[in-house]
Amino acid sequence: MSILVDKDTKVIVQGFTGAQATLHSEQSIDYGTNIVGGVTPGKGGQIHLERPVFNTMNEAIDEVNPNAALIFVPAPFCKDSILEAAESGIELVICITEGVPTLDMLMVKKRVDELGVRLIGPNCPGIITPGEAKLGIMPGSIHMPGSVGIISRSGTLTYEAVKQTTDLGLGQSSCVGIGGDPIPGSSFIDILKLFEADDETKAIVMVGEIGGSAEEEAAEFIKSSVTKPVISYIAGQTAPAGKRMGHAGAIIAGGKGTAADKILKLKECGVHVAENLLEIGSKTVEVINS
Amino acid sequence: MNLHEYQGKELFAKYDLPVSLGRVISNAEDAINACRDIGGNKWVVKAQVHAGGRGKAGGVELINSPDEAVAFAKKWLGKKLVTYQTDSDGQLVSSILIEECTDIADELYLSAVVDRASQRVVFIASSEGGVNIEEVAKNSPEKVIYESIDPLTGAQPFQARKISKVLGLNQSQTKQFSKILPNLMKLFVNHDLSLLEINPLVITAGGNLHCLDAKINIDSNALFRQPEIAAMHDPSQEDERESEAAKNDLSYVSLDGNIGCMVNGAGLAMGTMDTIKYFGGSPANFLDVGGTATQERVAKAFKLILADPEVKVVLVNIFGGIVRCDLIAEGVLAAIEEVGVSVPVVVRLEGNNADKGSEILENAKVKIESLNNLKDAAKKAVELTS
Repeated sequence: MSILVDKDTKVIVQGFTGAQATLHSEQSIDYGTNIVGGVTPGKGGQIHLERPVFNTMNEAIDEVNPNAALIFVPAPFCKDSILEAAESGIELVICITEGVPTLDMLMVKKRVDELGVRLIGPNCPGIITPGEAKLGIMPGSIHMPGSVGIISRSGTLTYEAVKQTTDLGLGQSSCVGIGGDPIPGSSFIDILKLFEADDETKAIVMVGEIGGSAEEEAAEFIKSSVTKPVISYIAGQTAPAGKRMGHAGAIIAGGKGTAADKILKLKECGVHVAENLLEIGSKTVEVINS
Repeated sequence: MNLHEYQGKELFAKYDLPVSLGRVISNAEDAINACRDIGGNKWVVKAQVHAGGRGKAGGVELINSPDEAVAFAKKWLGKKLVTYQTDSDGQLVSSILIEECTDIADELYLSAVVDRASQRVVFIASSEGGVNIEEVAKNSPEKVIYESIDPLTGAQPFQARKISKVLGLNQSQTKQFSKILPNLMKLFVNHDLSLLEINPLVITAGGNLHCLDAKINIDSNALFRQPEIAAMHDPSQEDERESEAAKNDLSYVSLDGNIGCMVNGAGLAMGTMDTIKYFGGSPANFLDVGGTATQERVAKAFKLILADPEVKVVLVNIFGGIVRCDLIAEGVLAAIEEVGVSVPVVVRLEGNNADKGSEILENAKVKIESLNNLKDAAKKAVELTS
């Protein structure tokens, strides 16, 4: 078991013939991911990476029957691509692209919720189930099949958590990057629910950062509805107030969304907080063994 | 991206929102004609900077003659205004807004933001204007109303009536507000705003609603489809190094410490800063070189970091995901050679081809501390500053 993706997931890549999509699709295929084709409007009928290219999602659904869409199209076109995927009847849409306008996401989120489609991202590394499928841009080599479920708002910070749990022999059931944007397709809570229901996941690592209140909301949910141990690290403990730190999400304004507030709330709700980035792995071992 | 008050008011005027008649000047001599154009015998002069708290800092004045406008302009143009919202250097004043004077009967507060929690545009209004709204929300929450707007339907008159009641507006003002609210929502959506604040929204002596200030923040991700707004960008309001970084697709924020940081990924960059602090050091900056850290970008990043004279050591922390660490190592060496780095450099490479990368650094002519875990690298960097 795992969550969201496994070796049977049939993946269609939107923006398939672009440079980024090509690079990452090749790596995903090498990892063993079942990529069944791609969509690039105007390039239908071509063969790319030995797989068929379609003009529309509907054609792709009819021909190769995918159940997950992976999006690499440029930010101005993501609204269109996500909606096309969602309206085509696919269950899972993962948008890697960074820089999608917030108001686009406001509308997209409302529609995918109505359709009951699960959206991950945008501005995220994607999802990996180690040893089975890699739908995203994370380095496959640092992962190892195992028992820890990882959820994160950040890219490279997730890799740090992954590396530590691999080095300590725990490995991961699945890793999900939900992205650092103000309006993400899926929240920490959405993914916590899935890990809670997954037999293979023994503990959950939640990597958060300053800004917004997603970690606080997740803390409340963990208290009421998660029985598995949750380990958390919050990045940005030393970030000065009012400064924007790269991610659209990582901004502290008006004393809300600071690392201290989040850590306090997480602890109150029974989450095991790794005070330092270096302790994510060891803390997880400690919690699992206790 | 932030707009100046005068730019915000130009947008307001396009959406039929009540704003004062005004003129913007960037030469003190133009103040006389500006006052004459506006007419009357009383004006307000306002220094244009991207920061609040201008009034208390002397950046807003009520004047009674065009000569006073000239004097105000001479005093501020080209100078920096320091308010409680700026850093200690302040923000450069390169233009001044001169407006007709408005007689105020009452001050209200109105703003709109994209609310992450409800995933809607939310309007926030209060009968207590012209003051710190966060304190009002804390001390008298009953005086603040939050109204969530569905971007598909837009703001409806009933929502304006609901807010009007909390603001204590009379029938005629409620009617005015029923036009103002939908127009503000249209402006918000049409121009990809992330924040809009009118503090204060006033009731004039004549009993009419009037927008006395305009604070607008635009979603930078949407500037590609807002060419008119993008043209309003004023780089003089930004930290020079931060805007230089932005030009090179680097995300840089200068801080007070002495350990220069170069990291790939915003989250890891913050995590690295935290780790430096954990070991008793102090980061000089936040710098995200992005997911694809090429040699060119690494070189640009080094230049930026070293432009800060406080930097005593540079810590490079790269988690090679898709990028190969051996390429990064070569990039770091080339960058050091190109830029001429005189401070010690500590490099931590992890992930893809990390061993090969470390080997390249160890065999390099220039001295580089190459460590393969963040703990040792951060400790070393802190050690080198003491």
